[in-house]
Amino acid sequence: MTRTDLSRRGLLSAAAGLGLSIGFMGHAARADGDLGRKKMVTVIARGAMDGLSASPPVGDPDYAGLRGRIAIPADRALKLDATFALHPALAGVHGLALKGQARIAPAVAGPDRARSHFEAQDVLESGAAVVYGTSSGFLNRALEAMPARKIEALSVGATAPLILRGKAPAASWSPGAAGEGSPRLPGILGDLYANDPLLGPALARGLQTEAMAAMAMQDMAAPAPAPMTGGGAQGFVRQGQAVARGIGATVAGFMRQENGPQIVAISVDGWDTHANQGAAEGQLANRLLYLDALLMGLHEGLAADWKDTVVVVATEFGRTARINGTGGTDHGTGSTAFLLGGALKPGGIIGDWPTLKASALFEGRDTRPTLDLRGLFKGVLRDHMGLDRRALDTAVFPDSAGVEPVSGLV
Amino acid sequence: MPLPSPMSSNDVSAAIAVTRFGLGARPGELARVARDPRGWLLDQIRPAGADQPQVGGESSAARIQAFRAYQTERREMRRGEAGEDAPGRDPVQIAARMLREGTAVDFLARARLAATTHAGFRERWALFWANHFTVSAVKLVTATVAGPFEQEAIRPRVFGRFEDLLIASTMHPAMLLYLDQAQSVGPGSRAAAMLSRRPRPNGGGGLNENLAREILELHTVGVDGGYSQADVTEFARALTGWSVGGLREAEDRQGRFVFRVATHEPGARKVMGRTYRDGEAMQAGGILKDLAAHPATARHLARKIARHFVADDPPPALVSRLEAAWTASGGDLAAVARALVEAPEAWDPTPAKFKTPYEFLISSWRAIGGQPGAIEHLAPPLNALGQRPFSAPSPKGWDETAATWAAPDAVIKRMTWAEDFSAVVAGELDPNTIARDALGARLSEPVRAAVARAESRQEALSILLMSPEFQRR
Repeated sequence: MTRTDLSRRGLLSAAAGLGLSIGFMGHAARADGDLGRKKMVTVIARGAMDGLSASPPVGDPDYAGLRGRIAIPADRALKLDATFALHPALAGVHGLALKGQARIAPAVAGPDRARSHFEAQDVLESGAAVVYGTSSGFLNRALEAMPARKIEALSVGATAPLILRGKAPAASWSPGAAGEGSPRLPGILGDLYANDPLLGPALARGLQTEAMAAMAMQDMAAPAPAPMTGGGAQGFVRQGQAVARGIGATVAGFMRQENGPQIVAISVDGWDTHANQGAAEGQLANRLLYLDALLMGLHEGLAADWKDTVVVVATEFGRTARINGTGGTDHGTGSTAFLLGGALKPGGIIGDWPTLKASALFEGRDTRPTLDLRGLFKGVLRDHMGLDRRALDTAVFPDSAGVEPVSGLV
Repeated sequence: MPLPSPMSSNDVSAAIAVTRFGLGARPGELARVARDPRGWLLDQIRPAGADQPQVGGESSAARIQAFRAYQTERREMRRGEAGEDAPGRDPVQIAARMLREGTAVDFLARARLAATTHAGFRERWALFWANHFTVSAVKLVTATVAGPFEQEAIRPRVFGRFEDLLIASTMHPAMLLYLDQAQSVGPGSRAAAMLSRRPRPNGGGGLNENLAREILELHTVGVDGGYSQADVTEFARALTGWSVGGLREAEDRQGRFVFRVATHEPGARKVMGRTYRDGEAMQAGGILKDLAAHPATARHLARKIARHFVADDPPPALVSRLEAAWTASGGDLAAVARALVEAPEAWDPTPAKFKTPYEFLISSWRAIGGQPGAIEHLAPPLNALGQRPFSAPSPKGWDETAATWAAPDAVIKRMTWAEDFSAVVAGELDPNTIARDALGARLSEPVRAAVARAESRQEALSILLMSPEFQRR
C-alpha cells in the first residue's frame, strides 16, 4: 500500500473488503486560551472487550486456572508491574506505558448491571445513571458545558452514535469520498431544506466537513504501511493494521487543523468473543492489533499535539472470569479501560484490583468493578478539559454527585 | 405540508399506503391504488406468507456443508504446506469469493423483488421480521446463509402465528450458528462427562448463553421484560442439544437442525417463574411457546412494529391497538397487520419516518420503474451509507431511527449517490412525470417547482430523490 492508496476511497474499500466494522464519530469544540489546545479522544470498544486478556493480571494466582487455554501466557505478555501485563498485540501501547504515557484501570464498569450490550452501551454513551435516563450523549453535553466554547462540532461516521447526539450540533465524516457533482445541487437542496430541522442542518455541516476533510487528507502524516506480501489470513491482518493506522492518522489530521475538533470519539466493533477467542494469537488478538494500530496512528498523527492529548479506551462491560464451554467468554461486569496521552501523569494502575479469588468475583463469575467509569471520564473532563464539578455531577452525568472524579490523572 | 386542491383524500391515502406501508411507488401505481388504498393493503395479507426472491434455490444446508468442506480443506492445507503460497488455491481467497458470490446473488434477488413487487406492504412486513430475527453475515460461518435463512425460516411465516415464526427462526441452523448455540454443551451432560476425561485442545465442552440471552432480550419479552441472569442461564441449559449436523454425520443431518441428546443438560429447568420438566428436545420448545405468549412480548413487538411503520416515537394509542390485536388473536401476525392498516394513527399525513439507506435505494429504483441489474448497483452505496448487505452490526438488527441515518456525512453521501444514479438512468425520462408518479399527493409545490426548473434531467431527478418528502415516508 502506498501513500496514495490511503485516500478516503482507498481506506473505505480496504476496510469494507476486510469486513472491518470500525465506525468513527467525533465532536469538535474550541475553547479560548490554553484550554483551546487540549484534546480528548474517546475510543469505544463495542461488544464487551475482555479486560482479562487485554491487560492480563498474569501475576494474580487465580488467573491461569480460571482462564485455561485462553490465558495469556506470562512469558508472552508485556509486563507492566508485578501483577499486570498487556496483551502481546498491544506492543505500541506498551511502549507508551514504559514512558508513562499509558495506564490501565483494570476493574471499571458503568452503573448498569444487566449484561445487555445495547443497554450498557446506551448507559455508557448517554452518561445516565440508569438505562433510558436521557436520550443525548454525555460528550455532547460536555461540549455544552465547556468554558468559553465556540462550538464547531464534528462527528465522524456513516451513522450518528448516541454518545454525540444532543443539542450541540454535529457534523460527520467517514472514509469514502464524495464524487464530482453538479455545483448547483447543494444550493438548490439547501433552499428546499430551509425549514427542515433534520436535513437542513445535516446538509450544511456535511458540506463544511467535506472541505475540511480535503485539507486533512492533504496534511495527514501517512505512516509507513506494512508490506503487502504473503497473502492469506496474516496478509489480511497486516492490511487491517495498515488501514486502522491510516484512519488514526487521518483523524489526527482533522484534530490538528486550525478549527479542527477538540473532542473526538471513535468506535471499534467486534469484541463479543463468545467462542474461540484465542490467547496470544487468534480472534481477540487480531482486534487488539487493530486497536493498537489505530492508537499508534493517532499518536504519530498528532505529533507535537500529543502532549496536550488524553485518549480514553472504554467498553460497555467485561466478560466472565472463567473460560466458557466454547473457548470464549460470556457477558460479564468489570473490564479494563486504557488511558493514553502525552498529557497523562505517570503512575500505576488506576483504581483497586479486587483480585480473582473466588470470594472476590462479582456474582461468583465476573471481575468485580472497583471504579465507576463515569469517575474516570469526570477526572479527564475536569482536570484536562476544564469542566467544573457541578456541571459534571448534573448536566454531563446526571444524578452522579456520589461518583468522585478520579484525581491526578493529568 | 399543504396539499394541492384537486387531490382527493383517496389520493393522499394512496400516497401514504404506497410510500409508508410499502416500498415506494412505481410509475402508474398510485393511480391504481387510489381506487381503494386500504383494500390494496389488506389484500396483500395472505396465509402463504411473503413472496420468495428468485434465486438459484441453494438451501442453507448445502451452503453450510460447502463452508465446512472449505474449513476442512483449509486445515489440511495448513498442515500440509505450511508457509507455502499456493496460487489460486489460497483458502482465504476461495472463502472470500464464496462469501461474495453467495451473499451477492441472494441480496440482488431480494432487492429486485423489492424494486418490482406489486405488494410492497407484504415485502416491507417480511423485511421487518427478517430484521427482527437478524442473522448477520458479519460472522464468517453465517455469511453465506443469511439469505437462505430469510427464505426458509422467515418469509413463509410472516402472516402466521408469532410462536411458529419464533420457533422456526430459533431452530434454523443459521441462527444456531450465528448465536453460538450449535456448540453449546450442558455441563452435566454425557458429552461433558466424556470431554472432562479426554479434553479437546481446541474448544468445545461447555455452556454458551448467547442465543438464550438474545431470544429474551431481543426476540421476545425485551430487555425490560422481567428476566434475570439466572433465567438466561436456565434457558441456555434447556437449549443445549439444539445443534447443526456436521460433515461426518448422515447426509440427511448435514447442515440441518439436529438434537444431540448427549450434549443436552438433563433435569428440570425454571425460567421466569415456570418450571419445565426435562422433555429433552421439547424442553426448550416449551419455553419458547411461553415466551411467545408472554404479555411483555406483545408489548415489545407492538411498539417495535409501530416504530417501524409510523414514527420513531410512535403514538401510544397505536401501540395499544396493536398490542390488543396481538393479545386477542394469540399472536396471529395477519391480525396484527390488519390492525395496523385499520389504525387511524398510521395514516397521519405527516411523514415521520426517515428512509434507511436500503429503503432509499429501493424506492429510487421503483420511482424510475427500474430494478438493479448487478450487486455493484447496491453494495458500494449501501456500504458507504452504513448498511452493508446482510451485515447488521449486531443481533439487534438495523437501527430504524432518523437520528442514526441522517448524520451530515450520510446526507452528503446520499446526495452523491443520487447524482451518480441520475447520471446513469435519467436518459430520456421525464422528471416531472416521475415526481408526480412517485409522490402523488405528497409532492410539495417547492419541490415540484425545483424539479421543473432544473437545468438538466440529471439535476431534476437528483432534486426529486433528495427532496425532503422523498427522503421520508
